[in-house]
Amino acid sequence: MTALGMLSPAIVLSAVLNGLLMGAVYALVALGLTLIYGVLHIINFAHGALLTAAMFAALFAHRLLGLDPYVAALPLSISFFALGYALQRFVIGPASHGRDENYLLITLGLAVVIENALLYAFRADTRTITLPYAFDVLEAGSVFLPVPRVVAFAVVMLVALLLWLGMRFTDTGKAIRAVAKEKLGAELAGIDVAHIYAVTFGIGTGCLAIAACLLIPTYYVNPQAGNAFVLIAFTIVVLGGMGSVAGALIGGLGVGVVESLSGLYLGESLGQIGIFIILILVLLLRPSGLFGARA
Amino acid sequence: MSSATVIAAAVALLAAVPLLTASNVVLNFLIVTLMVALVGQGWNVLGGYGGQYSFGHSAFFGTGAFATAIMQVRYGINAWAAFCMGIAAGALLGAVIGALCFRSGLKGAYFALVTLAFAEVLRIIASVAPLTGAGVGTLIALDLRPEAFQFRSRLPFYWIMLGLVTLSLVIARLIEGARFGAWLIAVRENEDAARALGVDVTRIKLAAMIISAAIAAAGGCFYAQYFLFVDAGIAYGPWISVQALLAPIIGGAGTALGPLLGALVIKTLGELTKLVAGDAPGLDLVAFGSILIAVVAFAPRGIAGLLSASHDRLRLGSTLEPPATERADA
Repeated sequence: MTALGMLSPAIVLSAVLNGLLMGAVYALVALGLTLIYGVLHIINFAHGALLTAAMFAALFAHRLLGLDPYVAALPLSISFFALGYALQRFVIGPASHGRDENYLLITLGLAVVIENALLYAFRADTRTITLPYAFDVLEAGSVFLPVPRVVAFAVVMLVALLLWLGMRFTDTGKAIRAVAKEKLGAELAGIDVAHIYAVTFGIGTGCLAIAACLLIPTYYVNPQAGNAFVLIAFTIVVLGGMGSVAGALIGGLGVGVVESLSGLYLGESLGQIGIFIILILVLLLRPSGLFGARA
Repeated sequence: MSSATVIAAAVALLAAVPLLTASNVVLNFLIVTLMVALVGQGWNVLGGYGGQYSFGHSAFFGTGAFATAIMQVRYGINAWAAFCMGIAAGALLGAVIGALCFRSGLKGAYFALVTLAFAEVLRIIASVAPLTGAGVGTLIALDLRPEAFQFRSRLPFYWIMLGLVTLSLVIARLIEGARFGAWLIAVRENEDAARALGVDVTRIKLAAMIISAAIAAAGGCFYAQYFLFVDAGIAYGPWISVQALLAPIIGGAGTALGPLLGALVIKTLGELTKLVAGDAPGLDLVAFGSILIAVVAFAPRGIAGLLSASHDRLRLGSTLEPPATERADA
């Protein structure tokens, strides 16, 4: 508590709020990961590479078509849903023969392919786009909040709400929940499990496209850009409990704040290590997560 | 497939290469290929026989490489001694990570995730710590004397590397033949059943992890001596973690010759993609990743599995049933 006293409350408050805003985007990346885990019971190691691909897509949608990232979010999330659906239905599912270790290897193989195809096509160069509103700030009392992050926060909350409603009230959402709970029973009830798996994977990938569009106004892209987020997302998912959507949201916001505060007190590179150490400790001490049920 | 005679024949074939050519390009290619085969054999002991898939074997490779370099550069220790210390450091790290993971009961994807995280933590530490040369890396001074583990030609390096790979093949064969190997395979096939039959699962996995880490570290120690340079990205980068598991899985995980076969395949493929792509990076790994997916999908037992299946078919004159698999949507 003495350490907190060293900085003025306004700076700490601003770090906390900025951490919350950044954490919302982490939460969206983690949401896709946890959804896929919750239903398919696999850890998708291709999540980071798919996020990178989505960031490149958002970048080129702006450069070539002149689409604002916030406008591109809708068409991109639909195309990435289709991409995710096809990947699970035609590559990951059939190639894994239903074995867990094969899922690991196939998604790792996909990550290697996607990341390096991007590297081959676009080289290791780091790219950014310039938008008129990228540096706008909202002034709330003594705290300054970047407008793109405030927008991102609002969009993530909207997406989370829509997902929750969709899961709760649509037939597909009910089928997804049924498969997550009891695969065999769902299948006996006439649910096409392969289709539901692919839909879930598609939703997870679609979330990435939205996350990419929210990130691109203030962030850079290179063929490894997505990896940083995904390791954070793994941490969030593990922290929040694999498969727990609420856990992903709370965990995402929490990790955003922790990262922001440790960046403030410890500096950038040590703050990064902090995330991994949380990941390792949680996995070793409480693999079911802080909020999750036993795996 | 991996009977002693086949292994002896493979080693003899590799030993004959220097008699046929003195080309530095060929020798360099084979040295690097054998290095991947060695690290792959390390992964194979734990992943292939034991079924514990590590996504972060660079942790051991890199620790071996850095220990070898740092002992010489900072503490003036003889290169051969430093080489042995590098292997010991790798084994020690394996013991620590293994004890942490297996005592907590981590397996499957969780184990893969933790090993990946350990490798990343080490990479970040090595890229800021003064001991490892931070962002610049560590350069071993040129000293072309055999006592310093440095040679004027590539040939001695080739013999040493071939010796290390041969040793790793012998270790794999010994494991296959020993009770330890049977326990390890039992853990892979069904951990609960193995435990119920009285196998000390945690100890077996830990022992496999230590052997695995030591072999992977030996590859890293050799890397440092051969290239005389290590930095955080090389030592702890994903490139070696990925190749460490690609080689045995493509060649045939859980077979002694698998890593060597797989390393030959991926490195040859890597050279071919260089012909197509020139210096542009990435295409070789696109090919590796695609092969990984194809092997998992169509040849779950790797090249060694394909070879032994066709061998059995010839001998028995009948078609063997493919291993029973459960469809994802079943």
